[in-house]
Amino acid sequence: MGEELLTIRGLRAGVDDKEILHGASLSIGKGETHVLLGPNGSGKTTLMNVIMGHPRYEVREGTVRFDGADLLALPTHERARRGLFLSFQTPEEIPGVTVENMLRTARQAITGKKAGVLAFRKELAAALATLQMDADWAGRYLNVGFSGGEKKRTEILQLLMLKPKLALLDETDSGLDVDAVHLVSGGVRAFRTPENACLIITHNAGILSSLSVDRVHVLLHGHIVQSGGPELVDEVGAHGYARFLEAEG
Amino acid sequence: MTQQKIIIEDIARALYDVRDESRPRYRSESGLTEDIVRDISRRKNDPAWMTEHRLASLAVYNETPPPAWGPAITSLDMDHIATYVQPDAVMAGRWEDVPEEIRSTFDRLGIPEAEKESLAGVGAQYDSEVVYHSIQTSLTKQGVVYTDMETALREHEDIVRAHFMKLVPPKDHKFAALHGAVWSGGSFVHVPPGVEVKIPLQSYFRLNAPGAGQFEHTLIIVEPGASLHFIEGCSAPKYNVTNLHAGCVELYVKEGARLRYSTIENWSKNMMNLNTKRALVEKGGLIEWVSGSFGSRVSMLYPASILAGEGARCEFTGVTFAGRGQHLDTGATVIHAAPRTSSVINTRSISKDGGVAVYRSGVRVSAGAKGAKCAVKCDSLMLDSESRADTIPVMDIREDDADIGHEAKIGRISDEAIFYLTSRGIREEEARAMIVRGFVEPVAKSLPLEYAVEMNNLINLELEGARQ
Repeated sequence: MGEELLTIRGLRAGVDDKEILHGASLSIGKGETHVLLGPNGSGKTTLMNVIMGHPRYEVREGTVRFDGADLLALPTHERARRGLFLSFQTPEEIPGVTVENMLRTARQAITGKKAGVLAFRKELAAALATLQMDADWAGRYLNVGFSGGEKKRTEILQLLMLKPKLALLDETDSGLDVDAVHLVSGGVRAFRTPENACLIITHNAGILSSLSVDRVHVLLHGHIVQSGGPELVDEVGAHGYARFLEAEG
Repeated sequence: MTQQKIIIEDIARALYDVRDESRPRYRSESGLTEDIVRDISRRKNDPAWMTEHRLASLAVYNETPPPAWGPAITSLDMDHIATYVQPDAVMAGRWEDVPEEIRSTFDRLGIPEAEKESLAGVGAQYDSEVVYHSIQTSLTKQGVVYTDMETALREHEDIVRAHFMKLVPPKDHKFAALHGAVWSGGSFVHVPPGVEVKIPLQSYFRLNAPGAGQFEHTLIIVEPGASLHFIEGCSAPKYNVTNLHAGCVELYVKEGARLRYSTIENWSKNMMNLNTKRALVEKGGLIEWVSGSFGSRVSMLYPASILAGEGARCEFTGVTFAGRGQHLDTGATVIHAAPRTSSVINTRSISKDGGVAVYRSGVRVSAGAKGAKCAVKCDSLMLDSESRADTIPVMDIREDDADIGHEAKIGRISDEAIFYLTSRGIREEEARAMIVRGFVEPVAKSLPLEYAVEMNNLINLELEGARQ
C-alpha cells in the first residue's frame, strides 16, 4: 500500500437518531483506486457525506484522518482545501452562477491564489475537450437544466480542474449510457496520478473498465464486511450480495 | 493571509441618508384641504382646467376608501403630510446655477457625473419642484422635448391636456386621486416619429423635507417608429416621521415605437411609496420595464401595460429587496387587448431580517386577443426564517386562443446547495453570497450600468482585516 492518505477507524455516524454507519474502517493510500460496493441503503453515500462533512450527519464515534489531519474537526470547505473532492450522485443546480465562475472561485479558494484568466481559460478548454463538452458549457449556469449525464460530466470537469488528492465518486456512472460512462471513466483516468487516489461507489463495472482497481470493499449494514482485490467486483457482478447477506445473518 | 468576510447586507444606505437642513422657499400646511389645493394651484400658475382637475381629484380622493388589500398603510396620516414643498431655487439649465446645498446633494448621488458619462439629458427634482433640466442639443434639433411638467404645461399645453391623467384617471384609486389634486414636478418627454434616442434620459427625484409628500408626474409620448430609454431614480434621507410618495407615470408608446423605462427606487424606510405607472402600447410597439425596488417602508407598485394594438409587446423585469421593517408589495399588470400581443414578466424578490416581499400580478387577456402570449416567472428567496415572501398572481383569461405560462417559486437557500459549494472549497458565507448573486443575476444584468453597481451593493464585500 502507498503512503496513507485516508484512514477511517471505527466510524459510527448517522442522521437524526438513526445510526447508519456502525463502525466502518477503511484505508486508502496515495496512488490507489478503491471501489466501494454494497446494496442500496448499506451506507455508501452516508460514508462519503460524512467524509466530506455534510452538516446533516452526526458522527458518534471513530476517527477520520486525511493527509495527516483530523478531518472531523474541519469544516467542509477546509476539507476541500486540503484536497478532498466529492462527485455528487445528484449535483445541485445553482441558478445564475456559471460553471466557469464556480470553478474559478473554487480554484482560488483551494489554491489561495488568483487564477490567471488566460491560463485558467486554456486549462478549462482542455478539460472540456477531454470530456467532449462544448466550449460554451463553461458559460452555462451550474447544472441548471442539465440532463443527468451532463451533470455527471460536469462533476468530472470539476474533478479535473480542482485536482484534489482524493476523489470520492458517488455513482458518477449511474444513469449514463455506454458512451457517457466511457467518457466519465476516461476523465477519471486523466485525473489519476501516482500522487492522488479515488474511492468509487458504483453498481456497474463499466466505469472501472479503463481504470486499474487496487482494492474493493463491500459495505453492508454500515460495516465493511470484506475487502479484497479487483476480483470482488466480478464476483458481486455475477452473484450479487447474497453471500455477504447470509454471512451477516 | 487576508480573510474576506462576505455578508449579504441591506442596500448601503449611508449615501442616501445624508439630509440637508430643510429650508424651503414655501411649505404648504400639513393636511389636505380645498384651500391647500387651491393655494398650490395658484402658486404654480395652473391654467383654469388644471385647477378644476385638482379640485375634482380632491373630491374623488375624499370619497374613495383606501385599498382593502395589500400592506397596511394605516400609519399614513395625511394630516401630517405637507403636500407641496417648494425648494428655494428656480429651475436651472446649468448645475452651476443650482443653489450650492441642493447641488451638493445631487453631486453626492452622482447625477452630474452620470450626465457627463452616459446620459443625453437629465432632470433633477428636489422636493416638489424640478431644480435642473438639460438635454443635448442634438436631440432638441431632432425635435425631442425633455423638460419638467410645469414647462410642458405652459409650452405644450394641448399635448399635456390630451394625455394628462387619461391613462391613470383620478378615479382609478385613492392615491391616483391624491396625485391629481396635489401633483407637482416630474418630467415630460416627447419623441417625434422615427427619432431614435440612443442615449438614455434620466430624471432623479429627491425628497429632502421631513413629513412631506412627493407627487411628481411623468408623461412620455414616443411617436410611431421612435425609441427611447428613460431612467428614473429616487431616494430620500431617513426621518422619524412618515413621508409619502404618490407619483404617476403615463407612457404612450405609439405604433412600432419602443420605450424602455428603468426605475431604481431607493426611498428611505420612513417612506410610503404608493406609485402608479401605466403604459399604453399601440400596434407593434414595445414597452420594457426594468424595476428595482429597494427602499421604502411600504411599497405598492404594479406598473401596468395595456397592449392595445396588434402585436404590441411588454417585457417586465423586476427585482425587490425587502429588509428589516419593509413590506414591499410589487409586481406588474398586463392587459392583452389586441391579437398577437405578447408579454414576459420576470421578477426576483429577496427578503431578509423580517422583511416581507410580495409579488402581485394581474394578467388579463380580453376576448378577441387571439394568439396572445404571456409568460410569467416570479421567484422569491427568503434569507432567514423571520422573513416572508408571497406570490399573488391573478389571471383573467377571456380568450381561448391564448398561450399563458406561469411559474412561481418561493424558497430558501437550501442546505444542499451550500454543502455542494462548500465541498468545492468555498466558505459558507461566500457560498450564500454566490447563490444570492446568482438568484438576481438574470435581472441584474438588465439594469442600467450605474444601477447594476448599486445592485451589487446588495452583497457587500468586507475585508475583515489581516489574519494568519
